[in-house]
Amino acid sequence: MIEIEDLHKSLSGKEVLKGVNLSVNKGEILVLIGMSGYGKSVLLKHIARLFKPDRGRVLIDGTDIGPLNSRELTKLRSRLGFLFQGGALFESMSVFDNVAFPLKEKLGLKKDEIRERVLKELDNVGLSGVEDKYPTQLSGGMQKRAALARVLVWQPEIILFDEPTTGLDPIIGHAILQLIEELHGRRKFTSVIVTHELQRVFKIAHKAAMLHEGVIKAVGKPDEILSSNDPVVKQFISGDTEGPISYR
Amino acid sequence: MGRMAVFLVKTLLCALTPPFKALNFVKQIRFIGAQSVFLIAFIGGFTGLVLALQAYYNLNKLGSVAFVGPLVALSIIKELGPVLAAIMVTARAGSAITAEIGIMRITNQIDAIEMMGLNPLRYLVVPSLVAAVISMPLLASVFDLVGIFGGYFMAVKILGVEASTYLGEISNRLEMVDILEGIYKSLSFGVIISWVSCYKGYYTGTSGFGAEGVSRATTESVVLASAMIVIWDYFMTALLFQSVL
Repeated sequence: MIEIEDLHKSLSGKEVLKGVNLSVNKGEILVLIGMSGYGKSVLLKHIARLFKPDRGRVLIDGTDIGPLNSRELTKLRSRLGFLFQGGALFESMSVFDNVAFPLKEKLGLKKDEIRERVLKELDNVGLSGVEDKYPTQLSGGMQKRAALARVLVWQPEIILFDEPTTGLDPIIGHAILQLIEELHGRRKFTSVIVTHELQRVFKIAHKAAMLHEGVIKAVGKPDEILSSNDPVVKQFISGDTEGPISYR
Repeated sequence: MGRMAVFLVKTLLCALTPPFKALNFVKQIRFIGAQSVFLIAFIGGFTGLVLALQAYYNLNKLGSVAFVGPLVALSIIKELGPVLAAIMVTARAGSAITAEIGIMRITNQIDAIEMMGLNPLRYLVVPSLVAAVISMPLLASVFDLVGIFGGYFMAVKILGVEASTYLGEISNRLEMVDILEGIYKSLSFGVIISWVSCYKGYYTGTSGFGAEGVSRATTESVVLASAMIVIWDYFMTALLFQSVL
């Protein structure tokens, strides 16, 4: 279970998070929405302890992850996976080596076992036969899937998705979401998905939250958010340019 | 400066503790060392040529052309070899290291390594540090040899100094302590180059974002490393000079 309590963070002198409170239950998919540049990715990076809060705390299964030392952090991260917005594949390595990297470096598995697990995971994300290609030789959708395979290969309990469908065409984007849903059905990982794809992502989510001006403006079941009467949430969902949210 | 010092200490701690990333180290030796040899030899050759020309022109007025050889050799071995080789490696390899690590930073590749519970310093910085420390004395030696040969070509073949005078005076005047001075300097310059270039790449994004951030970090890396090489050279020379006196 992930609990975020009164989280504050300033970056380059600007207060991005102003007291975020949020919780995600075990095995739940939470969708986090909000305007671009309003701190959704920053919040996600706090859950992964890539950022440390200025104030407040993040608890995973009741443990405050802020004060963890490097050994405890390593242990925590072995339970976490993070699908970065651009995939963050290592460009100097083939797809196979990218997916094999955590198994080789972290788990120290034997070559045969690594090969078996990597090929299985690539097959799971529909990327059989591209293991020898380099990330720059793949399309955006394939890169996202390869990155997802790298995250899934060590079977994390919690997966953080930073805009998994951004920059992809609707069909590939939908395929990625179906894949997440299908894998979640089998592995039951806890998940936070940062996205702008409201309609499609809401179908696979158990809970949705909107981050606005540094705080959680609304949280609830996806249907409740979609039918919210809050003018800010309503404007964001409908995409109107007129309303309380100023885009200028 | 404090963060830079912490970065170096953390890197040194990683360098001294296993696991060691041999493959990454070999790649860096190839990139920093082997692929710089031609450039270093080229610059070394021309430095020797011009140094011999200047030395001959000025010493001739004093009737001391016999000292062209030692002047060329000592200048190159003690100062110009280590310093110019270091500055050339900074420009060629240091800038590329900063840009590569910087791009890894802005595309979250460094975060991805951290998310696997691994230490990015071990993969990205330690191999560069070790490779630069090993490569620099060797590259400076190449610079020295080609430079002295360049000076020989200019002094003996073009200006008519006796070959036995040029080489004999070098062998009379050059001492082991002079060679060691060059080696010590090169070793420390290796640390400076990898330290600054990796640090600037690692913290790309703190002074600007995206491509602009990488571009700025690369410029800062070359300027800072070059300045630190020259400043550190002065302090080392002063220190070594004092120890000889």
